[in-house]
Amino acid sequence: MTQSNIMPGFRPALAYTLFYLGLVVLIPLSTLVFKSLQLGWGEYLDIITNNRVVSSFRVSFGTSLIAALVAGVFGFVIAWVLVRYPFPGKRFLDALIDLPFALPTAVAGVILATIFQPSGMLGKWLMSSLGVQVAYKPLGIVVALIFIGIPFVVRTVEPVLQEFDTTMEEAASSLGATRLQVFAQVIFPNIFPALLTGVSLAFARGVGEYGSVIFIAGNLPYVSEIVPLLIITKLEQYQYAGATAIALTMLLVSFLLLLFVNLLQLWARRRSGQI
Amino acid sequence: MSILLNNISKNFGKFAALYDVSLEIPEGELVALLGPSGCGKTTLLRIIAGLETPDFGRVLLSGEDKTEQHVSRRGIGFVFQHYALFRHMTVFDNIAFGLRVKPRKERPTEAFISKKVHALLELVQLDWLADRFPDQLSGGQRQRIALARALAVEPSVLLLDEPFGALDASVRKDLRQWLRNLHQELHVTSIFVTHDQEEAMEVASQVVVLNQGRIEQQGAPAEIYDHPANAFVSKFIGQTNIFDLSETESNWLQRAGILAEKPQGIFAHVRPHHIEIVKAEEASGSPVTLKDWQHLGATIRVELFNPQHNGSGATLFAEMPNERFKQLNLNKGDRVAVHIKQAHWFN
Amino acid sequence: MHANVHVISDATGQAHFKALHDPFWVRWSLVGVAVGFIVLFLCVPLGLVLYQAFSKGWQAYWTALAQPDAIAAMQLTLVVALITVPLNTVFGIAAAWAITRFEFWGKSLLTTLIDLPFSVSPVISGLIFVLMFGAQGWFGHWFSAHDLKIIFAVPGIVLATLFITFPFVARELIPLMQEMGSEEEEAALSLGASGWQTFFKVTLPNIKWALLYGVLLCNARAMGEFGAVSVVSGHIRGVTNTLPLHVEVSYNDYDVIGAFSSASILASLAIVTLVLKSFLEWKQART
Repeated sequence: MTQSNIMPGFRPALAYTLFYLGLVVLIPLSTLVFKSLQLGWGEYLDIITNNRVVSSFRVSFGTSLIAALVAGVFGFVIAWVLVRYPFPGKRFLDALIDLPFALPTAVAGVILATIFQPSGMLGKWLMSSLGVQVAYKPLGIVVALIFIGIPFVVRTVEPVLQEFDTTMEEAASSLGATRLQVFAQVIFPNIFPALLTGVSLAFARGVGEYGSVIFIAGNLPYVSEIVPLLIITKLEQYQYAGATAIALTMLLVSFLLLLFVNLLQLWARRRSGQI
Repeated sequence: MSILLNNISKNFGKFAALYDVSLEIPEGELVALLGPSGCGKTTLLRIIAGLETPDFGRVLLSGEDKTEQHVSRRGIGFVFQHYALFRHMTVFDNIAFGLRVKPRKERPTEAFISKKVHALLELVQLDWLADRFPDQLSGGQRQRIALARALAVEPSVLLLDEPFGALDASVRKDLRQWLRNLHQELHVTSIFVTHDQEEAMEVASQVVVLNQGRIEQQGAPAEIYDHPANAFVSKFIGQTNIFDLSETESNWLQRAGILAEKPQGIFAHVRPHHIEIVKAEEASGSPVTLKDWQHLGATIRVELFNPQHNGSGATLFAEMPNERFKQLNLNKGDRVAVHIKQAHWFN
Repeated sequence: MHANVHVISDATGQAHFKALHDPFWVRWSLVGVAVGFIVLFLCVPLGLVLYQAFSKGWQAYWTALAQPDAIAAMQLTLVVALITVPLNTVFGIAAAWAITRFEFWGKSLLTTLIDLPFSVSPVISGLIFVLMFGAQGWFGHWFSAHDLKIIFAVPGIVLATLFITFPFVARELIPLMQEMGSEEEEAALSLGASGWQTFFKVTLPNIKWALLYGVLLCNARAMGEFGAVSVVSGHIRGVTNTLPLHVEVSYNDYDVIGAFSSASILASLAIVTLVLKSFLEWKQART
């Protein structure tokens, strides 16, 4: 097929693609692997079983998971409302969903820190009325990651909801199902795989997120220090081996989690008959 | 331009789309490549066009070997199944495209192009649509514009992939007639792909029947209908009643006249209009009864039931002119005697 | 049974929207939750940027933006975008052409690899270039011997940004060109067009809105990238600070006006991006 295709430009296009991919992505990424191979197994384990490192992993993955789940709930409601209900200003709000994609993370970071710091407009109110401090606590990380994660959920669920065949709902209610039954047994199972995708995308993005988090996190070792920040700290102290080991571990754990989520998705899709 | 295909083979992965196909098409014919879906007819058309390269075999146009020549230099006109009109260009620009992309030396002037495009639009009777965009046209209009665009470069061969496939039944009827007339006017060698045997028989001067990557038969429509080369062609072209002599009891077939001639195979294929029926007495011994009938316009299709058979021989179809059926004055459940005038024998 | 049928016919009364048979209170409380969330999380922050930036008035705003360091940061941000966006655009077109117009071994692997930078943390994206070109890196010695600075200099920033924005254009084009199929291009070729004629007269007009869309997103990210650039830049004021880094540095110095005036530029960039994005989505939907 390759040779018999009459479309022009196969060789130059593919050659350039591979060349550029290698130069910009693959060769630089491979340094991470080669650098880690230079570490001994013992040295590697020493680095990543260090208490501070383990704590940072717990903080990063824990806050990302909570934030992704919260983003999942609100993202689903937003997607539902945007697809199903007409209301004034809808187009504007729909466009605004992508703001976290478009807004530089550093800007998001300083804004969220300013709002939620104890003297900030929301921070002050939360402190006085609920006694909750958001900024400079793990909760601050969660808030920043919800902000980052929300468009991932909305933008994966929205198209599926849009294409959802509403005659299925009509069929269900004509067979006597209540609205809640229709939602739980007809709509939600069909949307669930997409929701899972959205949540896992938000989660994956959250684990690696840096800019929007560091301003609000407080960055207290063992408490609110995230993995990306620890990597930077190690780099600034010229501990290249430490930075590399942590980075590689983070990549591997993320890939394993994504693999797990993909399997979960496969299972969900099978169950709802989408495969 | 005549077309000669020598031993063409083409595989897609492990799937053999075409196997050792040889074909000769004389100049000026209007040929249908006919076959069920997946038989390789579209692949064959694309190989003639140069949109696909054969794994083996040669393509000769006017005696010249063009196998290696790129589609853009072959001088063919190709009408795509879904027309592939350039959706960002007006109808006019679509038709002018082939002229405007010519190398500067051969490129005609804009004035000439304009004249030519309008002439083509007149030919396809859509001159008033020049400034429209493709998605503002109906299916039939798009089809004709696609044809005009292919004709603009004055191709020596016109190739059409399922030209009527995406159209409504009524539009399809009109366009068939129109294509036939157009071909008589232009006389350019044309090949079209279709899976609709009625369409092939109605439009083409030559029909090539393909199945599973091989050519089963080539010939004029009448020849293919009256003298099918094998069981596949007989089954695929028109309706056929099939009697399996190895399985069915042959007594009544003898009586029906079919065994008067010596059996020349295991399967007897009988066209519905080769079955004649008359009303029979209860005592006549004929087991066949009239089950139902359908009006097909000028002809009537009669459904007969033969309880002595099981399987495919149990229900027979006969066809006859409307008047003849009225003369017979038959009702549902009437016993009838069957006379088979002609059969094709296959093993 | 009867009641349900009744509900459906109620809904079909609003013929343009069939699925509206949720009770009134459900509908409006969900809208309330959604709108409240969007306003709190998305509108308020945008407003706050302007509020903070102008908290000491126009004069202070302009003074902050006119600082040499701020201007240098803007210039560097523009330069980085001007280098990276065209490079990744050309790549995106080439990759989409190869992937959607041809069959070849390893195609799905290639598609996966193109998306790879999206699943790598920005900090790690910066780290790999430090590992390559830093003082202890693979090529570090060679470059320092030849007096070429990559890390803590502009080339490092460009490389990290190239990596981060690598998939944007390809990712927009591949699904679109896949869906379009190649019939129109085949038609052009069959009418005698050359490869480049086919590309410029048929392919490009069909993908132009999606291409612009990809370029737009690529540009927004190139100008706004923070994590990766932060690792390789070294934060040298007036030299290797991009605009997002300038925001960080000013904020950490308690220079609120400085931080938020620069942030307001980046926020406007984000808003322009969103507006253009909606426009391009609308355009693409119409073709």
